[in-house]
Amino acid sequence: MALPSAVPQLPLLPRLLSWSTWAVIAGLLIISLRETNFRIDDMWGSLVDFVLFFGNFWPPDWQRALPQIWRPLIETLQMAWLGTLFGVLLGTPWLFWSSRNTSPHPVLMWFSRTLMTVMRSIPDLLYAAVLVAILSFGPLPGVVAITIFTLSILAKLGSEYVEAIDPGPIEALKAAGASGTQVIVYGAVPQVAASLLSYIIYIFEVNVRASTVLGFVGAGGIGFLLNRYVALFQYQRIAVLLMVIFVVVIIIDSISAYIRARLT
Amino acid sequence: MIEFRNTQVTYPGGLRALKGVTLEVPKGQFVVVVGLSGAGKSTLIRTVNNLVVPSGGEVLVGGQSVTQARSKALRQMRAEIGMIFQTFNLVKRSTVLRNVLSGRLGQVNPYTSLLGIFSKADLALAHDCLHRVGIPEKAFARADALSGGQQQRVGIARALAQQPKVMLADEPVASLDPPTSHAVLSDLKRIAREDGITTLVNLHFIDLARDYADRIIGMRDGLIVFDGAPEAATNEVFEEIYGRPIDKEKDLRGAA
Repeated sequence: MALPSAVPQLPLLPRLLSWSTWAVIAGLLIISLRETNFRIDDMWGSLVDFVLFFGNFWPPDWQRALPQIWRPLIETLQMAWLGTLFGVLLGTPWLFWSSRNTSPHPVLMWFSRTLMTVMRSIPDLLYAAVLVAILSFGPLPGVVAITIFTLSILAKLGSEYVEAIDPGPIEALKAAGASGTQVIVYGAVPQVAASLLSYIIYIFEVNVRASTVLGFVGAGGIGFLLNRYVALFQYQRIAVLLMVIFVVVIIIDSISAYIRARLT
Repeated sequence: MIEFRNTQVTYPGGLRALKGVTLEVPKGQFVVVVGLSGAGKSTLIRTVNNLVVPSGGEVLVGGQSVTQARSKALRQMRAEIGMIFQTFNLVKRSTVLRNVLSGRLGQVNPYTSLLGIFSKADLALAHDCLHRVGIPEKAFARADALSGGQQQRVGIARALAQQPKVMLADEPVASLDPPTSHAVLSDLKRIAREDGITTLVNLHFIDLARDYADRIIGMRDGLIVFDGAPEAATNEVFEEIYGRPIDKEKDLRGAA
């Protein structure tokens, strides 16, 4: 079959950009592998140790572990729940202050966005570690860390939802003489409520997982217990604990997926 | 009732949408503004409630300058000016009643309104407004469950709930079919007449303009090029306003 004499090609600039993108990705990969001493043959060698190590977990010590697990497990869920709740309550105003179309003033919008970005740039484990030093051991620093995490991430993504709403009703409410807060409550909130609630449930899900490890830095919950088991080499109890966390996270994931599917 | 004093609008980017409009609309008049899209109709209408801020001149409503009004004073003036839109601009996920009640927001207690609490009088008024536009049974339906014509009636009811002195309508029937267009416009005109509401309607369709207007304003290129009774707005006048021959497909809506 006769081909056209000149095969159509992308213009030069996009072609160069696409090549340079690949080059950057490949370059980063090579540098990272070298800097982290990543060697595939080492991996194979360790694999045997890895499998043998797992033998320590067997058999799971249900009788001793289970009675110890319940309280910290419930504490973990309470930390996640309270942190999510406080984060949503405190984060909602920032969410609308951060959104171009609902912020009362450009300066407040800039301040709110900057503050949220700064807060988000610090991992929750670090918050927990610092807060433990200030508030001492226990679930309280965990709740505060989760609150901060929830509020900063909600303000970020929530404001993206708010900025994507239909501007028509907002204009109509302004035209009717509604105040800024009334415009938010009557024009913006009904438009984002369902997707925002769905996102909040997802944040709760993430918070449950996060709060299981916060105990490692002393912030209460099941991570605290896990840390103790690890220190005492009680692998058969760790096995029970991991399985319990696994089941709880699966259950919460499926409940949240179910609710979220109904919401949108 | 409405007074434009050499009103000018230049948008960021340099587009001169209004090049100095001077116009007086007496109380109770039903004025239809015609012109091609881009002629400045929407801009003109939006300067009346300051949704578009004039870059020169000013607009007075009831003798008070809307253009000079700020924050609370502006909201109080806007509360007396109803507005309906081409795309209805309802909150689709809210009930019809809540949409209509939102027309009251400029005039009710700001704190209780945030909790969704309205007085018995406000609720009665909202139901009455729905009754007047012929859909009292839709009060508790979700707005997006309604047909286009019904949604525009909710839009009118929301504006009526303001108990406005002035009504603005920006291409209110452009998204509706011909029979519905006539029904909605005749409702609008009847209510304006009953309540003595001064009304400014943007329309593109020549036949609708002639059927419903007390007075026709023709706009072209940011300026008023015609101002007179519907009888005076002959086909030649429209061709002058539109700057081209009349197109039966585009410029006529057809009978109900």
